[in-house]
Amino acid sequence: MHEMSVTMSLMDLVLKEAAKAGAKKIIGVNIVLGQMTGIIDHYVQANFELLSRNTPAEGAALSFRNVPWQARCRHCAHTFQPSDLDWKCPKCQSAEIEITSGSELYVESIEVE
Amino acid sequence: MEIKVLKDILDANNQIAQQNRQLLASKRIMAINLMSSPGSGKTTLILRTVEQLKDKARIAVIEGDVSSSIDAEKLGQAGIAAIQINTGGGCHLDASMVNSALLNLRLDDIDILFIENVGNLICPGGFDLGEYLRVVILSTPEGDDKPYKYPLLFTQARALVVNKTDLLPHVSFDLEAFTRAFKGLNQDAALFLVSGITGDGIKDWGKWVMDTLRKLRTQSDAK
Repeated sequence: MHEMSVTMSLMDLVLKEAAKAGAKKIIGVNIVLGQMTGIIDHYVQANFELLSRNTPAEGAALSFRNVPWQARCRHCAHTFQPSDLDWKCPKCQSAEIEITSGSELYVESIEVE
Repeated sequence: MEIKVLKDILDANNQIAQQNRQLLASKRIMAINLMSSPGSGKTTLILRTVEQLKDKARIAVIEGDVSSSIDAEKLGQAGIAAIQINTGGGCHLDASMVNSALLNLRLDDIDILFIENVGNLICPGGFDLGEYLRVVILSTPEGDDKPYKYPLLFTQARALVVNKTDLLPHVSFDLEAFTRAFKGLNQDAALFLVSGITGDGIKDWGKWVMDTLRKLRTQSDAK
């Protein structure tokens, strides 16, 4: 839902990083995106195409590494991906879990020339 | 050429949030980012909380809505200092909106600042506003499956308020299943069962708010 404001921040960030490196053109952006953020990569891509017009990022290819949400059982330390309507540990049935991944939202690197 | 970046996409927002946090701390204000679906009872909870705590703490409110100033007017009529932010379509508050609102509040006259986020269980979770803590409200008609659908917000809550408990006999909300799922995910959060209409449970909630404020002040005084 909030892909536009996320993409605007993304644009600012990559333009700044590219300028810092003295790059003329951004060819690619590598993004790590956790499933729990609810952000849809397809919309980020579409917004980026729009926002990057006439900037050094125009035509840059966005690549997304999607990280599923994962949990660790607090009892037996088993790591698993919770299903939609059951968060119990599949190994020991404990409901006490902690989230270990899935909230990522960062730029790993950019490709410039 | 590849350049390593490793920066949060919302880095710019996080930096402004950090400025807000420092400003609030310097004024000894406890800011609570209140998040929920539309219509779950955020404004009513604030009204009830102020009734409960009016002799103990000075409370102000930043009201976030897509449009209208209905909520800020409601609070204003009750004599509460409230600033309305209209996001103009935006689905969440961000740190710079809160920053502008802070400039329009008399910060020296505030102990507790409620920041009522835009009603939405997804987007507000990604945006740090500089608050001290996050509270999520869930009302019983919304159903007990919400933590499964919106885990991010529920993991961030320092307290969860289940509102509209007066409707429990009329809606299908399995309180036991809900509590098990929520507590399994977020052991450390406090859980309150309240009714904004009857006032049930508001006392316990208000006491927690005051205790949390006292703890925060003891901690910051010790520094």
